[in-house]
Amino acid sequence: MGKLKLYSIIAAVLVLTLVGFTSLRSARPIVELKAETLVNIGPFPLTNTILTSWIVIVLLGLLFYSATRKMALVPRGIQNFVEMVVEAFYNLVTQTVGEKHGRRFFPVVCTIFLYVVASNWLGLFPTVATVGKVEPLESHGEVLEEGVVFEQVAGINVIMPGVPSWPPHEPKSIALELPANATEEQKKAALDEATKDLKPDQKAGRLVPFFRSVNTDINGPLALAIMSAIFVEYWGISTLGFFRYGSKFLNVKRLLKGDILNGGIDLFVGMLEFVAELARLLSFTFRLFGNIFAGEILFLVIIFLLPVLALDMVYGMELFVGLIQAFIFAILTLVFGVIAVTSHEEGETHEREPAAPP
Amino acid sequence: MDLINLFPLLAIDNLGLKYLAAGLAMAFGGAVPALAIGMLTGKAMEALGRNPEAQPVITTNMILGIAFAEAIAIYSLVVAVMIGFVF
Repeated sequence: MGKLKLYSIIAAVLVLTLVGFTSLRSARPIVELKAETLVNIGPFPLTNTILTSWIVIVLLGLLFYSATRKMALVPRGIQNFVEMVVEAFYNLVTQTVGEKHGRRFFPVVCTIFLYVVASNWLGLFPTVATVGKVEPLESHGEVLEEGVVFEQVAGINVIMPGVPSWPPHEPKSIALELPANATEEQKKAALDEATKDLKPDQKAGRLVPFFRSVNTDINGPLALAIMSAIFVEYWGISTLGFFRYGSKFLNVKRLLKGDILNGGIDLFVGMLEFVAELARLLSFTFRLFGNIFAGEILFLVIIFLLPVLALDMVYGMELFVGLIQAFIFAILTLVFGVIAVTSHEEGETHEREPAAPP
Repeated sequence: MDLINLFPLLAIDNLGLKYLAAGLAMAFGGAVPALAIGMLTGKAMEALGRNPEAQPVITTNMILGIAFAEAIAIYSLVVAVMIGFVF
């Protein structure tokens, strides 16, 4: 790269960083663990994560529909791209567990992979988690304790930091310092106190985004983990039969033979296996949820601290993390499926015939 | 021997221990998984150096092992987030 190009890139990065630090910073981050409900359909709360998951499903369906519409033997265009992705993942699966098991488990595992990748990457799309409606701090009979001051520009509420200046502008945020068990009146009084010097076109509120990345709500990864657990059990039972697969958890063979000590140990080990299944379900959930939610928090904090430069690096890392977490979820489902299917073939060494003498 | 006179700090209503707890949860919970991931990757590099042809197999299994180790750190992250933002 020529020296002029290198220096101009460095200068552009520095200028963007400075501009970002002085005029593009957001307000103090407000992290919401629960997904916010947009609308209540009867007794069913429609959260923004459910809406985003529907959009992911529609997008994936459209992609595959357009790829398989006029299928040619020599693929071109969208079909080529989709075939590349599916074939790459198929090669990975067969490399990991072999051809037979790979072919059998591939549909479910590839579905999990594509769904998680699509939902993680859609969470990085521009308007997700940043565009939404503003909920006033005093709504539904409750007073919220943290908020941000929005300015109104042409009828839309915007967090607007202002022109570049030194010291840098920081959008005003509202945090009520209340004692532990404050009543509603005390909270309302504190809120009025904090917002009494707002200009008429400023509004104190909290952002409820229309779209939110699916796996930042713990129900998303939980649903996927339950689905993968059900499939692993189904594969085990359908291959080994109910009693042979169940004997992994409830092994009374040695107990019925009269061997109390070893039989007791077998029962205990079976119970541990069952607990391990539940622990696996929880660990799948928390792994995916923790990675993606932590990425979301990281974005919020970086937008508050150093907008342009650090944000690009975090964006790249989140792309990578989204892909890797999807890959890990799918491959772990695959590996546990293979373990469930082949579970008793190694444990029956005492039934194998001794090798014939040479 | 009033306890308040012995330990004046007890008179403060909100010590902010919540934030200390969240920070310590993440600090202690992330230390050993980081060590585990480092050791795993080191062993994978050794294996790769001895047999570069097995690279896809080694890499896949390394990523699998790293996922297990990282999950423990994620548990402590979830606890830290819950302490900081929910309690």
